[in-house]
Amino acid sequence: MRANTWAGRNKVEVRDVPDPKILNSRDAIVRITSTAICGSDLHLVDGYVPTMQDGDVIGHEFMGEVVEVGPGVGPDKLRVGDRVVVPFPIACGACAACAAELYSCCENSNPNAGIAEKMFGHPVAGIFGYSHLTGGFAGGQAQYARVPFADVNPLRIESDLTDEQVLFLSDILPTGYMGAEMCDIKPSDVVAVWGAGPVGQFAMDSARLLGAAQVIAIDKEPYRLELAERAGHTPVNFEEVDVRSRLLELTGGRGPDKCIDAVGLEATHGSAHVAAYDRIKQAVRSETERPHALRQAIMSCRSGGVVSVIGVYGGLLDKFPAGAWMNRSLTLRTGQCHVQRYMKPLLEHIERGDIDPTRIITHTMSLEEAERGFDIFKNKQDNCEKVVLKP
Amino acid sequence: MSRTASLAEGRARQDEVRRRGRRLGWASFALGVVQLAAPGAVRRLSGVDDSARSRAVVPVVGARELVHAAGLLTSRRKGAWAWTRVVGDAMDLTALGVALAHRGGDRRRRLVGVTGAVAGITALDLLTAVQATREARTSSVPAARGARTGGSVELTATTTIRKPASEVYAFWRDLENLPTFMAHLEQVRTTGDRTSHWFASAPFGKDVEWDAEITDETPGEKIVWRSTGEATVPNAGTVRFTPAPDGVSTEVFVVLVYEIPGGAVGKAVAKYFGEEPHQQLDDDLRRFKQVMETGEVVRSDGAPWGKRARKEFPQRPAQPLSDSELAKGADA
Repeated sequence: MRANTWAGRNKVEVRDVPDPKILNSRDAIVRITSTAICGSDLHLVDGYVPTMQDGDVIGHEFMGEVVEVGPGVGPDKLRVGDRVVVPFPIACGACAACAAELYSCCENSNPNAGIAEKMFGHPVAGIFGYSHLTGGFAGGQAQYARVPFADVNPLRIESDLTDEQVLFLSDILPTGYMGAEMCDIKPSDVVAVWGAGPVGQFAMDSARLLGAAQVIAIDKEPYRLELAERAGHTPVNFEEVDVRSRLLELTGGRGPDKCIDAVGLEATHGSAHVAAYDRIKQAVRSETERPHALRQAIMSCRSGGVVSVIGVYGGLLDKFPAGAWMNRSLTLRTGQCHVQRYMKPLLEHIERGDIDPTRIITHTMSLEEAERGFDIFKNKQDNCEKVVLKP
Repeated sequence: MSRTASLAEGRARQDEVRRRGRRLGWASFALGVVQLAAPGAVRRLSGVDDSARSRAVVPVVGARELVHAAGLLTSRRKGAWAWTRVVGDAMDLTALGVALAHRGGDRRRRLVGVTGAVAGITALDLLTAVQATREARTSSVPAARGARTGGSVELTATTTIRKPASEVYAFWRDLENLPTFMAHLEQVRTTGDRTSHWFASAPFGKDVEWDAEITDETPGEKIVWRSTGEATVPNAGTVRFTPAPDGVSTEVFVVLVYEIPGGAVGKAVAKYFGEEPHQQLDDDLRRFKQVMETGEVVRSDGAPWGKRARKEFPQRPAQPLSDSELAKGADA
């Protein structure tokens, strides 16, 4: 089959690789009909996530049709011919983490847990196409994928919703939603979201869905801010204004009640000095993150507010404003999304028309064009917000 | 007995090296004080009192000696500090060599004497440094000590499994199940109520096997076993099963003890256990948890061979396996 693979730093390559086969009894093989490029894929391509190997099949947002099921998958759970969306974290459904609905912390799905344990203290779940640290699972930017624990993970789509309407249930829609949910939003809340990329957009829509009074979008790309504005959110361009001052202005001096970091470890910054400082430290590997967005969110949040982190961080960061966090009674909440927890309720929201996931898609191309897709998405060319690939 | 004797011998040797390191430290201290307090006398005695440069060099060398002294007398890592002395000696010998080339007569005779003394001290420093380094290397990690001189290795590991203790106990008590998750075990055959025969994949190219007996057990709580007869690698173990505070899960505590033989066999065994034997036991228990909770060992494309711990890292690329790779793995 054809698959998009990691071919070294800043290089992806569509190659011929073997077709996947059943390796565990609860596996299924899915023929992929739609897959997407995610912002967190850029951290792999840019070389910030360790333990990548030349030839790794990447991609963790995908859906398709079940073409084979292992002997351990009951026919009541999944059958050949089912149309499914596959969540990016692989969960076993049986461990204490899964029982607590902390699917991205599954204790059994990462066969490489020893490395993850050294990096994070405790292991994390296996993730499709997302380094050997998260298990070394082949990803979904391919024609077919092996899906472990197929009796607990994939969501069956039984209605006639299009791929574009449901594909993002695999990652970015639940991730954005969890970012908003962790904020415990009250009707009077002003919610500020750093990053108006796909996850940021869905965090904004979710904050509104959960009843926020106002949602503020912080980014530097005019086209992304326009996209947010069209959806009813308030744009703030950090290259044009001082973010903290603008946020105080918008909130009567209090600061946003809830702040969401939808940026993660490769943030850009309005100040050239701060940007250079972090970029240099990152380049010499004395920190793995450039945490501008997180610092700014903590400094801007009103006292007693919540800072919710859904942007991806990989290792260690520097100049974390612990004083602001502690002295102003902030709550910091975070996590890789526990996608399985949100898929069904969000599917119902899509069916009811509460959320329109298709509004962020700007590019649809074939799997063969994956390299160009990465290029325009990474470099924000052609007003690119989200790329969907059709294998 | 012979192992105890060799351990005692090793400890005596270690003490001797440490004592010598301390003596060198005091020698450095005395030399440093003299060079700082009476640099003129030192310059005259060593025959370099005719040069202006020696006026600057002698106190600097004295200060350096005090640094060596501080390190050797206060640090537990005498090996590293002995090496700094070797480096210092090399500097001194170089300086003396340069001085010798420019001097004659009585000064030259005095310089030759000093150079000879420094060369002797260098030899002693070098010996101490090499020995201290070797002792440190063999005594810091118990497994590594086992590798060199023979000895026992004790490994502990623990995990929590979301199944009742009775069920977890029952799976382990059927010893024939152990190879499904333990990397080194090929097969365990039950030979009686409490006796069994074990096969492990070999560190020396052929399989090792041994008999074992359960010496103590409390159903649902504890199993204690040990190898019997002439085992190549005598071993013993205890596994305890304790209900976890959540009321659902079981905490599993494992202690394994291996008597690692000396010589080439011991080295092979130690190497077989790997750099981090604890990691391997942790991985074994992780697979035990996978088997208990999910029914089998979880495989990914990058680590497709399940329990073969040593094949997990470094991994193969995360892409599906070809038919031939799959066939090769089936009996791995």
